[in-house]
Formats: sequence, C-alpha cells, structure tokens
Amino acid sequence: MAVIDPSVVRPLPRHAIAVVLDVIGRVGQMAATLLVASFLTFLFLQAAPGDPVQIMLGGRANDPDAVRRLNEQFGFEDPVLVQYWNWLTGFVHGDLGTSFLFREDVSSLVGSRLPTTALLVVFGSILVVVFGFALGLIAARSGRVVDTSVSVFLSIALATPSYVIAIVLITVFSLYLNWFPVFGSGDGFLDRLHHLTLPAITLALSSSAAMARVTRASIKEEEHRDHVTTAIARGLDRRTVLRRHVVRNSLLPITTVAGILVAALVAGTVIVEQAFGLDGLGSLLVLAITRKDYAVVQSVSILVIAAFLVANALVDLLYGIIDPRTRIGDNR
Amino acid sequence: MSAVLPAGQATRGDQASRLGLWFFAGTSFLLVTMAILAPLLAPHDPNGGDVLQVLQPSSAEHWLGTDASGRDLFSRLLYGSRTALLGPLVVVLVATTAGTALGILAAWRRDWVDSLVGRLFDLVFSFPSMLLALLFVAVMSPGLITAALAVSIAFIPAIGRLVRASALREVNEPYVQALLTQGFGSFYICSRHVLPNLWPVILAQVTTSFGYAMVELAGISFLGLGVQEPTADWGKLIQTGQGSIVRGYPQESLYAGTALVIAVVCFISLGDILATRKNGGHR
Repeated sequence: MAVIDPSVVRPLPRHAIAVVLDVIGRVGQMAATLLVASFLTFLFLQAAPGDPVQIMLGGRANDPDAVRRLNEQFGFEDPVLVQYWNWLTGFVHGDLGTSFLFREDVSSLVGSRLPTTALLVVFGSILVVVFGFALGLIAARSGRVVDTSVSVFLSIALATPSYVIAIVLITVFSLYLNWFPVFGSGDGFLDRLHHLTLPAITLALSSSAAMARVTRASIKEEEHRDHVTTAIARGLDRRTVLRRHVVRNSLLPITTVAGILVAALVAGTVIVEQAFGLDGLGSLLVLAITRKDYAVVQSVSILVIAAFLVANALVDLLYGIIDPRTRIGDNR
Repeated sequence: MSAVLPAGQATRGDQASRLGLWFFAGTSFLLVTMAILAPLLAPHDPNGGDVLQVLQPSSAEHWLGTDASGRDLFSRLLYGSRTALLGPLVVVLVATTAGTALGILAAWRRDWVDSLVGRLFDLVFSFPSMLLALLFVAVMSPGLITAALAVSIAFIPAIGRLVRASALREVNEPYVQALLTQGFGSFYICSRHVLPNLWPVILAQVTTSFGYAMVELAGISFLGLGVQEPTADWGKLIQTGQGSIVRGYPQESLYAGTALVIAVVCFISLGDILATRKNGGHR
C-alpha cells in the first residue's frame, strides 16, 4: 500500500499485555464464530433432502449390503451430534472428509484447487489496493473535469456485477482482440498469471471503485484540515505535504475499506471462477452444491468463512500500526 | 456487500438531486411497467425456439436477434425483467419486515434481547452473503423463491442495524415517554408512533437493497442455482449466452448484462438520493 514511514511503527506498545490479551480475545471470538457457523452449516446440510448413501451408490441403491457398508464407513446412522463431533475432530486434524463425487479426500481436493483461488485473490487484492488508491488520489488531486469523469466511471464500475464485467472482458479481450485465453487456469507461473489476468480484473473492478471512492473522499476531507494549511504556509512543497500530511492521515478509513473489500474478494471468487472456467475452490463449491456432494460443501464453506474472518481480523490489527491512537492501552 | 459502499457525495446541489430523483424514479417506473406489460409488448413467445433461426443478428423480425435455440432475444429480455424485478421484491419484503421488526425490538428492549439480536446479526454477517445464499440453495432446490429467501436472510442484518440505530434515537424522544405515561402498550407505540417516523430511513434503504438484491439474485441465476430453464431471467440469459460468446455471438449476454446494469444503477442511485435528501431535510 502507500508509504508507511518505519518510524511510525514503534517496536512495542506501552501496554504489551493488553495487546496480547486483545489478540487472544479476538482469536477466541473468531474461533467461537467459526464453531457456531460450522455447527449451523452442518445442521442445515443434514436437513437437505436426499440420502447421501443413495447419491453415492447411484444405480446400485438397492443393494442392502452396499448400503450397510457405506453407513458403517461414514457413520450416517449415528446421532447428528456424534456426526458433527466426528467431522469437527477430523477437520481440526486436517481430515476434511471424503468427496462422493470425486472419490477423493476433500483435503487433497482442496489442496489441488487452493493455489488457483489463492493466486486469484492475491492478484485481485493487489489490483484493488493499487488501482483503487491511485484512481482515488488522481480524482482528489485533479481538476473538475477529470474528477467528474473518474466519478462517473466509478459509479458505473461499482454497480456492474462481476459476471457482467466477465462477459464484457471476454468479448473484448478474448474474442475480438485475442489477447487472453477464454477459459482455464494455465500451467506454470507466468502462464497462470496470463490466464488469471482477466479473472483478477473482473474480481477487482467494483471493489477498486469502492476503494477509489473512499480514497478520494478521505483525501479531500484531509486536504482542508488546518494542519495541512499550516504545512503549506510553512512553505513545504506540495509533494511532501501530500505524502506526509494528507495521505498518511487519511489512511485509516482507506485501510478499513480496503480490508473489507479484500475480505469480500474471497467470496467473489465463486462467480469469477465459474465465469472463466477456473478450477478453484469457488467452482468446486458450486459443483458440489449442484451435485449434492455435502462433505465438500461443508468443509469448503467453513474454509471460506475462516478466510473471510481472518482477513477482517487482520484489518483490525493494521489499525494499531497506522493510527497509534487506536492502540489498546495507549489512550487510557 | 451493501455495507461497503459509502453514501453518495453530499456536496451535490439540491437542484441536481431533484433532477436525478425524477430521472431515476422515471426510469424505474418504466422498467416496472415494461415488466408488467411484457406479454403485450413482446413480439414473440419468449420460450418458442426456431431451430432454423439460431443466433441471428438484429433484424426487423427479431429486433435484438436470436439465441442459440433460436428464441427471440427481445422477448426474452422483456420477460426476463419480470423475474429480475420479482426476486428483489420478495427479498425486500421479507428482509425489511424481519429487519425492521428485529431492529425496533432490539432498540425498545435494550436488554438481553438487544444483545441476542446483535449477536445473530454478527453471525449472519460472518457468512459472505453469496455463500449463505449458496448454502441455502444447496439444501432447498434451486429456484427463484429459494434464491430470494436466501438473499433475504443475508440482507436482514443490514436493515436491522440501520433501523435499530434510528429507532434508538426515536425511543428516547419525549413523545414516547409521554405515551408510556398515558398507559399505551409497547406494541401500539412502536407500530403507530415509532415506525412511521422511521419510514424515510427504511424507504431509502429498501430502494438501495432492491438494487443489490438484483445483483445477488442474477448472480445466483448465473451460477445455475436460481431461475431454471426455460424461464427467461437476466442472470440466466448472461449464463446461457456465455456459450455463444466463444462462437462469436456475445449479443445475448451483453444485452442482458446491459439491462441488468441499467436497472441496478437506477435503484441504487434512487436509494442514495433518497438517503441524502432525508439527511438534508432533518438537519
């Protein structure tokens, strides 16, 4: 992100214990939320119509021997709480269950699809932060014409859903210009990046617009503060004023929004992966839902929620670094 | 999703805001009229395909051309506006009713009920709304109503929190105390006195939510988990049209996408303007 002067990041806050307690509290709260969320998801999926054994057996559903064997193997006839406990202990130990559809461990399935999704989210996040911040800065510092045109562009980008952006980008860049491939994730790092460029732009566009709006608003607000006027009056050059006084002070709202937006990207991958035919976690989830492969649905959902919560929690921690006033214990 | 967006710039002139209000309200009205009158306006049967007329460009016969099954795109687009508007309507009705009730209840009680409601909202917020909708659709069968109910649940906390915050200000007003002293019941005071005062806030939120619900629902349709074939729906049209893009015919997806974006921009902007006007009027 923008320049953070290393001298701002003090090595140890005054009340280190308070900070440690705070982090423990946050982690505990997150774990509790995840626990409740996973239990609700489990109960919810239990209520789903369709007997998993029947789905697994497909045509051989009438074979009582096979039915009994599967029931024993997966414990489908145990009480719900026991089944949940088994799933939970497995999950904590890295055993995410078995996919009926792929006849494979969910953990290895997730492992093979995670890189695509992770790369997509990282790529998208970089685009959101870099372009969102740059556009917002440009809009805030330019004259009326540029500002207005950027604002109009942002409003449209903000209201355009990712699946619409996807088809526009595919039509223009893949069909007419032939710059990028239409489908697939590619092999090797550079080829992957090439394949993921359009998806990452799709994923990032409306979030970048939101980011740019907030950046523009908070820089505009900061520009008119007294301390900025003082700095200009003292004869500092515009660049220094902008960097040291305006941008740094407007970073807090910008970081908040950046964090929320990056967290939202995690969920956004579902649609983007589907639109570009990428073999990531999102498309796995959609496939599992349509084919009623509930073991996959359960574990992937919890992983997505966990990623979402962790991203949100990281933002809270960033506050303390950017704005010392929000550090725990410092202002008591 | 809706929590992310900052409100429209407050610096806009009153005149411009009035002009925008009329413009967006007019366009929304036009969209609704189009949806209602679709059977009268559509030149063709939206589901009747002609295998000899596959992927035709625009012509006098088919204004916007045809899709991969030879169905008239203009008619499908018109009929698609019906599901595109019906889904968000369900979402807004369910989410607003539940969110308003919970929000006022929480503001009125201020005790464990308040914190319980707050916790519930937090829990729903911990699920990304798209994931919540997908889980819901996974358990129920895919379809418009299932998808709409799923999105409603995801939208309840946003409306609930807003109503709670506004209601908190309202229940501390002297008139509420006066009514209580006169012996009126809590339910009577909330429904007849507090609720009417909250309407402007709720209305602005409803309009904006309508736009976002449209995006979410079309997204679920796009994933193939919402409206099912052969019913015409904008999200579904974008999905089915994707197959034609690689064959060099992006029309179906592009038209449906354009229609969707116009509608969404309309409702969200209308909500923004209503929200700004409301704030400006009060202070």
